[in-house]
Amino acid sequence: MEIKKLERNGKIIFSEYKRGGGIIKALSMKRDEILFELKDSKLKGRGGAGFPTSTKWMLTAASISDEKYIICNADEGEPGTFKDRVLLSEYPELVFDGMVIGGYTIGAKLGIVYLRGEYEYLQKPLEDYLNEMREDNLLGKNILGKEGFDFDIEIFLGSGAYVCGEETALIESLEGNRGEARNRPPYPVNTGYNGKPTSVNNVETLATIPHIILKGAEWFRNTGTDKSSGSKLFSISGDCDKPGVYELPWGTTINELLDLVEAKNIKAVQIGGASGFCYPKSQFDRKLAYEDAATGGSIIIFNENRNMVSVLKNFMEFFVEESCGQCTPCRIGNTKLLEGVKQIEKGVHTFSYINKLRDLGKTMQVASKCGLGQSSPNAFISILDNFKDEVLNYNNGGANGRN
Amino acid sequence: MFVEEKTSLAVEIESLVKKYGNDRSALLTILHEIQKQHRYISDYAQQEIARHLNIHPVEVYSVISFYAFLNSEPKGRNIVRICRTVSCEMKGKEALEKAIERELGIRIGETTKDKKFTVEYANCLGLCDVAPAMSINDRVYTRLTPEKAVQLLNEVK
Repeated sequence: MEIKKLERNGKIIFSEYKRGGGIIKALSMKRDEILFELKDSKLKGRGGAGFPTSTKWMLTAASISDEKYIICNADEGEPGTFKDRVLLSEYPELVFDGMVIGGYTIGAKLGIVYLRGEYEYLQKPLEDYLNEMREDNLLGKNILGKEGFDFDIEIFLGSGAYVCGEETALIESLEGNRGEARNRPPYPVNTGYNGKPTSVNNVETLATIPHIILKGAEWFRNTGTDKSSGSKLFSISGDCDKPGVYELPWGTTINELLDLVEAKNIKAVQIGGASGFCYPKSQFDRKLAYEDAATGGSIIIFNENRNMVSVLKNFMEFFVEESCGQCTPCRIGNTKLLEGVKQIEKGVHTFSYINKLRDLGKTMQVASKCGLGQSSPNAFISILDNFKDEVLNYNNGGANGRN
Repeated sequence: MFVEEKTSLAVEIESLVKKYGNDRSALLTILHEIQKQHRYISDYAQQEIARHLNIHPVEVYSVISFYAFLNSEPKGRNIVRICRTVSCEMKGKEALEKAIERELGIRIGETTKDKKFTVEYANCLGLCDVAPAMSINDRVYTRLTPEKAVQLLNEVK
């Protein structure tokens, strides 16, 4: 069943919060104090890459410029992810307060929400919400009486390109260009939107910050593991009785998660969406954490009746369509991997060719320009490795000659 | 009447440029508005926008061709997008898709003869927990059955 807001509970993000609370606290602190509090919390980016948020903010804060920007990456396009939809529709106060705190800390006057085109229906309610914040002086000039702190938030609607979730592609898109990833360095913290220092943060990262500011780094670190502090929102879908968004501490095992959502007879779990890894039953004791099974939060569950070849085909079709086409490993690589999956489906593959494709996947992981091509072979490689019998012997029932 | 129509488009673009500015960063927002109003961005519109933003029209075309939600050829009055991601696939996307194809007499990617509907795939609508999902224009519908999906299409004016 669908989970309603009142039924949601969690230690950090879904804990109680009143609009503006984090902002009031932050404005009573010095910018350095906020940065050290964040550093102490060991908060890492929740989009999946896991870059320390305090470092990103420190670098942006340290960049000297007349204009700076903070961008909320709400281009949640990863298959199987919908946590940002829930945050933006049910907890906008957390996201926007996080942006205001970010603006104050790094010295930005403008925050931009890059909202994916598929969530257009959220634009109007979010605009209304921003207006309420303006009325309460949580946005605008001299926010809450803090002399010289002017900050406002705009919403920018994307147009249906998965690659724009990559931060430099997102910035290109904001600037009115094709959403093609940039070469780095320079990084957005120095040369971002309109060539100015820019911090691009995930919706969930921003939604976590007001809680940390209000309740402290130590409180935050009490949840989670040593290397992965705090909690994570998991978007759980597929074969289970209770799909939805759950807040769980980092370090929760796959088994614990499956019990929670009442998933039975499970063969495989895809962690991290199409660009993530597929885990077989033998690895269900793995921990969900940056140091073990890392993820931006997408969990797709497959029961024993699911066909892993068609799952893989679905993922590869997705990447072939969403590759922006600017670099060869990603553009051609994904097409070749998809061809390979189709060969398997038809039963006309050779083992040696599929193994060559696995090597091609390894090449794509290092040779692609941005995260899309670097992670798109993950599903191919992990499904091939973990479900070898089923995949390579697809045309004789996955038996590898034993039947 | 042809000329008058073009003029009204030019006026519309002019007012959008006034509203959002003539900076390159306004391009996608302007394109989005034109797309929403006219369901496509004609060559003429591209030229006009390029002229106001002081860029080459092919720059505008290049951007349109990149994004899935922008198009330079006319589409149907209503855009139906069926989510094709794995979570929806597991919950009956194929039956949904086939029912819609049968009912409208077109395949995915095509437009009905009366130009009422264009049906496309969407790459994850972010509604995996309430799959299968589809959108009609900017509204989304969840937990669909083939019957329910067809009924929704019939309700569209």
